[in-house]
Order: sequence, then structure tokens, then C-alpha cells
Amino acid sequence: MQETVLTMKNINKSFPGVRALQNVDFTLCAGEIHALMGENGAGKSTLIKVLTGVYAKDTGEICIKGIDKPVHIKSPQDAQKLGISTVYQEITLCPNLTVAENLFIGRNNDFIVNWKARNSMAESILKGLGIPAKPTQQLSNCSLAVQQMVAIARAVDMECKVLILDEPTSSLDKNEVNKLFTLMRELKKRGVGIIFVTHFLDQVYELCDKITVLRGGELVGEYLIKDLSRVELVAKMMGKELGELAEIENEAQALSVDVKEAVIETEELASASGIKPFNFTAYKGEVTGFAGLLGSGRSECVRAIFGADKVMKGKLKIKGEHVNVNSPIKAMKKGIGYLSEDRKRDGIIGDLSVRENIILALQVMRGFFKPFSKAQAQAFADEYIKLLGIKTASADTPISSLSGGNQQKVILARWLLTHPDYLILDEPTRGIDIGTKVEIQKLVLKLASEGMSITFISSEIEEMLRTCSKLIVMRDLYVVGELKGDEMTQDKIMHTIAGGVSRNV
Amino acid sequence: MSKNNSNQNKISVTTIIKAIIKHKLFIPIAFLTFLLLINVFINPGFLKISMGQDSNGNPVLIGNIINILNNATELVVLAIGMTLVTSSSRGQDISVGATVAIVGGVIMRILCGSETQPTTLHAPIILALLFGCLAGMACGVFNGLLVSKFKIQPMVATLILFTAGRSIGSMAMGGLKPKAVSSFGYYGNFFPGFPIPTPILITIVVIAITYIALKRTNLGLYTKAVGINDKASSLNGLNPELIKFLTFVILGLCVGIAGFVQASRVQTVNPYTIVPSIEMDVILAVALGGNSLGGGKFNMTGSIIGAYTIQTLTSMLTTLNVNTNAVPVFKAVIIIVLVIIQTPVVKSFFSNKITLPKLIAVNGKERA
Repeated sequence: MQETVLTMKNINKSFPGVRALQNVDFTLCAGEIHALMGENGAGKSTLIKVLTGVYAKDTGEICIKGIDKPVHIKSPQDAQKLGISTVYQEITLCPNLTVAENLFIGRNNDFIVNWKARNSMAESILKGLGIPAKPTQQLSNCSLAVQQMVAIARAVDMECKVLILDEPTSSLDKNEVNKLFTLMRELKKRGVGIIFVTHFLDQVYELCDKITVLRGGELVGEYLIKDLSRVELVAKMMGKELGELAEIENEAQALSVDVKEAVIETEELASASGIKPFNFTAYKGEVTGFAGLLGSGRSECVRAIFGADKVMKGKLKIKGEHVNVNSPIKAMKKGIGYLSEDRKRDGIIGDLSVRENIILALQVMRGFFKPFSKAQAQAFADEYIKLLGIKTASADTPISSLSGGNQQKVILARWLLTHPDYLILDEPTRGIDIGTKVEIQKLVLKLASEGMSITFISSEIEEMLRTCSKLIVMRDLYVVGELKGDEMTQDKIMHTIAGGVSRNV
Repeated sequence: MSKNNSNQNKISVTTIIKAIIKHKLFIPIAFLTFLLLINVFINPGFLKISMGQDSNGNPVLIGNIINILNNATELVVLAIGMTLVTSSSRGQDISVGATVAIVGGVIMRILCGSETQPTTLHAPIILALLFGCLAGMACGVFNGLLVSKFKIQPMVATLILFTAGRSIGSMAMGGLKPKAVSSFGYYGNFFPGFPIPTPILITIVVIAITYIALKRTNLGLYTKAVGINDKASSLNGLNPELIKFLTFVILGLCVGIAGFVQASRVQTVNPYTIVPSIEMDVILAVALGGNSLGGGKFNMTGSIIGAYTIQTLTSMLTTLNVNTNAVPVFKAVIIIVLVIIQTPVVKSFFSNKITLPKLIAVNGKERA
């Protein structure tokens, strides 16, 4: 029998207009990896934030091994002292500090700091975990993945009883994920209880011992991994039976009819981001995809088309017409929409309301001197809140208080409202639950069938296979292949990414 | 039944009170009201407005309220520009006092040429206003370029004109201290025969133009968007650099108007003492209005109320015969209290106190 390290009982938490948690129980044993699953807005992040002292619980009890009384966790520092360490979905380190400073900041109150010793300590930690960063490097200069790994290293290095990983893998590639898993298994052996929040079912079944499922702020149940099949898990999360995924695959096949009206054509386009000149054509009613590892240049390609990075050379034709797109506003006026990769940094305008976030792009296209009336804006917002099923208290709610998936839907609404001919979706499903993922995939296919040309970028190859009818494969800032129809198999893509050997097989 | 009803009434009353207290303008308005009440308590005739005569026998309105509205003009006009700059650039322009001196210098030079006691105006007043505004906007262009193009922190960028501005103002007047003829004074005092001080009219016009601009253009939305997240804004087709730059130019225009009114009040300008430390009062006005000095969302009405609050405070201390040298200390004490009241820590403390009875009422019902 394993020893319990953490018990949460009858946790309740409300926000204005939303009951985020209702009587949720959660138990964690030493040396177990426990998955916390649920759709967007199910209450996973809220539960984690209650546990780490970011939010104060309304009612309920939290007990931790070694402490007789229920504990009151008032702040993240409190949680840290109690042995609860967290790595959040969104990176919460300080980008303007160095890697070493980030590893050690806030962990002890020594007045005098020996930076030399700390840097070498940091170096050995980084080496031990195989993280490709220097201790003295500024964190903001590291890639998103490395930043994430530094956050994990920081949490791991603290003596913790409970380690919470909130979507740690959503920005990591396969290799990095494997490294992280090795690390997690090691910690498990040492008796650390790990709470793992993720949307990747594969990872849950590869790694976890138990699953706790939440839905709509309520507890659905706790299960041993061997007792719960994937289909059952998904059904419990969504509160309905699956089968929609299969449906989608059929539609994707049906779509590969040849409509040959080019919407976007690039000739040797290259931008200041370092992307090598590439040729690409997107046809009306077609869903195209860019595949490749993290940092292979997927986003940089579409950013060049959108004018988000400075275009250095090459030509861009929109509907057969040569255009010089050197700023996003020009691209937007030519009918291009771009949902950016990093939602928090490049997507949402945090303090503005859902309504203002929805109308922003269309408003900018309309012009400085022609603001929408409040009634018009409200009508747009209501229309898309309903259409996409955005869960928000009202259109006046600041977007930052919505859950990740709902924020993404708002940004999607923003671009759909501009009625683009060519819509770029860069990682639209990252950090989003299965239900919303399926919704977005379905929406993509529906829009394409109505004649929109769409580029869909995702780290999940399966998802791209399901939706795209053409895949551009990238490696190290070069386009290394283009796959269509029957060539589009997971195997083939992997081979193309790895070495391009199978291109002509 | 009747019990239930009274219960519901209680709830609705607390909800209304809560809604009022939660309103973003509650604290600024409450504090201004509080200050005015203190004034009435000290001096029961505080709110009285009467018709009097100036030295030339023209009818003029007299009263404390009129004085506050009159003297707050520069503060209000500058606070409007500062609100936009704060929002877009996430920083403040500390050069507004010094640039008012530049504007004053330019205006005096245009009206008086190189004479110290000219008997006529050297140029039409409208021309002086125009050049004053241009001088203010030129300062805005300078600050705006440093902030938007060279990405210098606003406080550092504006430190340059803060340091040099008053000397530049003196140089603009050729080192002289000219005094313009009294007809120039109409704009900072009264038009003969018209009893309302001209600066109050100017304030009304500026406020009206501001609200029309905020309603009829996307100035507000763009400024906020850029201040909250400039990367996301630029991916939505905005040009964050241009918008930051524009807010500085708008503040420059406000400086031009404030400098014009200030110069007209005594028809002469001492660049080294004109509007002393007004930049701090302006920034405080923005903060008192409930705006974050870290930029992003802003509330223009709040800033304007904040400006009037500060003016009320200043004139209250003066009428109380507080030693002029001690005025800043009293101001500081009152302001720190006010700022602390508006912090989230205190706010949540009070709103918890108020929600408590409501929760109990609801729970009681559920159990029953």
C-alpha cells in the first residue's frame, strides 16, 4: 500500500459568474504519476492554482503528509515551503534574468550570493538533465522548449514531495518529451508524487498510474490506468461517446477533389527570420499543412506570407496578382488571416474584453476613423460566442480570465470575422482539450468546403493527417518535401523529416 | 413569504451597493466628494458662487469652486495627454512642466518680439497659440521618437527635455522677461463683459474634443491594445511604434494649450518657475483616476476627476493657511492614503466584508 502525500477534500472555488470547482476531491500517493484530465474549463488549472496558493479556495480541506492539521496555502511561496513545486503550462519564469538566476531565484534568502558557485551548480543541473542552455544565458534568448525545460529543472531541483506539471509537454518535441519522461520516472522512483496535466492521451497511457477526471468543475472519478480504456477516458471527459474522430477522417478524404484556383503562391520567398527561400501554393478550398520539428521553420514560412517578419526576397502572388506584403495590415486587406502560435504572447490582448478581442482585426482593417458602434461590436461578439460555443460570463469579461481553449476560440473568432480567403492557423489546438480540438478540426474542414483556403500547422502529426490534403515538410529552415494523398502517412512524414531519403520511394 | 421578500430586498440592495463600490470611478469620485465636504465643513460658504466685479468694473463670477475649475485647467489638459501616453508606452512623460516653459517662451517671443514692454502685440494671438501648439508638438515628436523608434524608456527619454526645457524656454525669449499687453490676458482670465473665466471654457472645449475623438475614432482601442500587448497588436495590423509616437504628439498638443493658458494668466513667463513640479501632479492625477501607471487599460474620466481632486486639495491647503513650504508634505500624506485605498489588497479586503452578509443569506436559503 502506497503512502498518501496529498489529500484534497471538497474543494470549492467560484469566480464572478463561474463556479470553477464544486466539491472536488483529489488524492495523490508517493511515487505515483497521477494524470489530471478534463476538457478546457473543466477546472484542472483552477485546482492546480488552489493547490499552489495562486487562488485561495472558497471552502475545502488540503492535507499534506507530515503535517497533522489541514494546511492553508496562501501563496506560491507557501506551497513551495510545503514541498509543492509547479511547472505551469505558460512559462512563468523571468525572461530578463539568466538561466541560473531563474533556477535559484526565490529559493533561499541568503543575503550574499556566490554567483560563481551558483553558475557552476546550475551548469551541473542543466548537464544532468541534458538541457542545451548556458547558465549565464538570458532566458528570453532560449527557445520556448528550453525555457520550459529550465522551468522543470527548477522545480525538480527543489526538494519536493509533490511535483505538478501543467501541460509541460505542449511545446516540446518528441526527443525532449522522452527526456522529460525519463526524468519523471526517476523522480517517481525517489518517491515524489507527480500530478501530470496534459491533453496528450498517448503520454498519459505511456507514463501514468492513475487518472482523475474532471468535467465542468466537478469530479467525474479516479481510475487506475489499467481499468480505463482510452475510449472510456475520452467519453468521461466529454460526457459523451466518441466516434466523431472517425467521422472526421472520412470528410478529409472526401475533400481531396481537385479545385485548382490558386489563392497564395510564393516564389523563393525568404524573410529576416532566416527561413530559406521556399515555393508554396495554396488552392481555394484546400487545407495545407506545414510539418516539421520545433524550430524547423514552420511558423516562419507562414509569418513571411503574412508580412509579420521582414520579407528579404522572393515574390508573393495572391489570387494570381503580385503583391508586396511588408506588413500584416497589407496581408489582412488582401484577405489573409493569421492565428499566431504563441497565444499568450502574440494572440490575446489580455486586459481587453472578449468583445474587443473579437472585433480587433476587423476594426483595424476598417480604419482608425470608423469605429464600430457598441451595438455592432456586441452583435459580432454574440454571433461568434454562439457559433464557436465560447464559454464566457459575458462579452465584457476580460479575455485573460477565460480558460486557454476559450481564449483560442476568441482569437479564432477574431480571424473568422474578417472573412479571409486564406486563413493560417499556427498551432490552434495547442494546450486545448480533445473536444475543442475536434471542434476546431471540423470547423477547418467546413470552412475549406465553403471555399476558404487554410493552412493548418500542428505538432501533432495525426491531427494534420486528419485535416490536411497536402503537407509541406520542413527541416532546419528548408522545405524538404511535399506530400499528397496516399503519401501522407505518419511513417513517410517521419522519414522525410529525418532525412528526406524516402522522398522518391 | 414576507420574510423571503425582505431577504431578497436585502440582497438586491447589497448587490447595488456592491456594484457602486466596484465601479472603477467610485473611489476617485468618492474622494473628490469627501474633499469638497471637508471644505464645506471648514467654510460653510465654500460652495457659494457670486457675481462680483474685477478691477475694471466688469462682471465676473467669484467663488472657490470657480477658482478650482479655473486653476485646474492646465492639470486637466495635461492629464488627458498623459493618460494616453501612460497607456500606450507603459511609462510617463516627466518633461511636461519643462515643455510648458518652452511653449511659454515661444509664445512670448512671438507676441513681444525682442521688446520687454511692448505697447502692442507683435503678432495676432491666434498665431501665438498656433506656434505654441507647434512647439509643444515638436517636443512630443522628440520624446515620441526616442520612445517609439529608439525604444528608450519613457522616463529616461523625457528626462532630457525635463533637464533642458526650462533653459530652452528662456533662450526662446532671448533671455528677456517680456510682458505682453493686457489684451493677451483675456485667455487666462476673463473676456471683458463675460463672467466665466476663459480657462474653464477652454477646458470644456478640450474635454469635449477628447470625448468626441475617443468615440468617433479608434484612438482608445488602439492605444489600449498597444499598451497591453504590442506584439499581438502588430500581428493584428496595428503599428505600435506609430501609435506610441502619436500619443506623445497628442500630449505635446496638450502642453501647447496648457502653456498658452498659463502664459496668458499673467501675460509673462518665467521659464524657471512656471508650473513648478506640475509633471508630478499630472502623473498623480492619472493614478488617482484609477489608471495603472504600468499602461494598458485607461479611464479618461478617472484622470480628469483626478486632476480636479488634486487642484481641490491644493487650494484647500492654501485656504487653510498651511505654510507654503509645508503644502507638499500634506499633499503627499493625503495622496499616499488615496493610492493605498485603491490597491487590490485593500479593495479585496473591503469587497469581502461586503459580500459576507450576502453569502450568508444565500446559504440560509439553500439550507431551508
